[in-house]
Amino acid sequence: MDRKTIIPFGPQHPVLPEPLHLKLVMEDEKIVEAIPAIGYVHRGLEKLTETKEFTQNVYIVERVCGICSFMHAMTYCQGMEDLMEIQIPDRARYLRVIWAELHRIHSHLLWLGLLADSFGFESLFMQLWKNREKVLDIMEETIGSRVIISANIIGGTKRDLSKEMLIKISIIIDEIAEDIKRLEPVFFNDYTVKKRLVGVGILTGEQAYELGTVGPMARASGIKQDRRMTGYAAYGELDFEPIVETNGDCYARTMVRVKEINLSIRLIKQAIAKIPAGDFSVPVKGNPTGEVIALVEQPRGEVLYYMKGNGTKFLERLRIRTPTFANIPTLLKMLPGSQLADVPVLILTIDPCISCTER
Amino acid sequence: MFDMFGVIIKNLITKPATRRYPYEKREDIKGTRGSIDVNIERCIFCRLCERKCPPDAIVVNKEEKSWELDRYRCVICGECVKVCPVQCIDMNEFYAEPTFEMSKKKSVQLPKE
Repeated sequence: MDRKTIIPFGPQHPVLPEPLHLKLVMEDEKIVEAIPAIGYVHRGLEKLTETKEFTQNVYIVERVCGICSFMHAMTYCQGMEDLMEIQIPDRARYLRVIWAELHRIHSHLLWLGLLADSFGFESLFMQLWKNREKVLDIMEETIGSRVIISANIIGGTKRDLSKEMLIKISIIIDEIAEDIKRLEPVFFNDYTVKKRLVGVGILTGEQAYELGTVGPMARASGIKQDRRMTGYAAYGELDFEPIVETNGDCYARTMVRVKEINLSIRLIKQAIAKIPAGDFSVPVKGNPTGEVIALVEQPRGEVLYYMKGNGTKFLERLRIRTPTFANIPTLLKMLPGSQLADVPVLILTIDPCISCTER
Repeated sequence: MFDMFGVIIKNLITKPATRRYPYEKREDIKGTRGSIDVNIERCIFCRLCERKCPPDAIVVNKEEKSWELDRYRCVICGECVKVCPVQCIDMNEFYAEPTFEMSKKKSVQLPKE
């Protein structure tokens, strides 16, 4: 039978946290083509940044994405500091690593929970989100907000972490690590979970490279690409290796993310052990002039900021390319040939953040 | 098949992770950026907070001697608290109560006798 049907998927769908619309061209239960449509949550944030002062823009770029808000602010601040040639204190660089890795833990826990929910494993979802709550409590206690934490300012960080707080953080992340250790085997060995993930949506290393895939997606296909290796903030002084899997299926992507939580926990512990004493911010003078590109590894992959200043308080242009934007072509490559029932899991494994993409 | 078994046993013998909310309220965490209040008697109407506010939530009127905050625009970043020269804006550790109407919070300084 070669009659084709079109099934609309999204923008509202139980597995989609954000509005992504896909037209799935089907032959029986098999997908032959996927046509994407985005643009439901465009907010014009790039234009808005041109109307605010460059110091106020930190609060705008944080709202590009709620889940990785800290990394957005960090990228913006790093770019600005490069542009204005500000040397931030060593303590601020370590503080940024601690908060960034806490953010990565909470983002990955959220994603793993959503994945568990998408294949119908409700209790696993609850267990993971219980641990995410602990991370959010740390955020509230250290900086005052739970998700959009506004910890970065140009020239350092807004608040400092006391010695007692650092000890408390390491105790809580130890608890989380213990819980993750108990929940890991469910993702790695459980029969039903494996049935839904192994061999689904295979993406070879070559394909991933050609399509410009970033983040955990690329690392699950065997590409050793991690912006943290470039040593921004204090990552250059910490000892770690990016996590790489070679199978390139949904199972490998899940493994990468579970292992990255453990990596983040290790990184926070290293940062807490090495953090130097001193100031945590320096005053900023003058206005930015010139162009700069800043790159940071987010939970979803690499984010790119292009900034152009003209010597006034206002930026001339701010351009953001988020990881999901780079990963959507990969999704369109994976969908043809797979079954309709696998679509929710496939969409989730790119960790879509549509609001990020549309800005 | 029995990977969740340990977790289930642990959950059976420990306290629930949730709270019975209306009866049992969480204590305010120290340092939370919860809500903003103004001590209008000390305000000098310099309009610094209005200019620094990223979402333009504050409107200060020197003639009327009023200070107005749009709660639904405010992102509670704390810039106004930091910039105030007479420290008349306070950051509360509790969150604002829910309301039924989209009203703005307007404070007017009474004329001094």
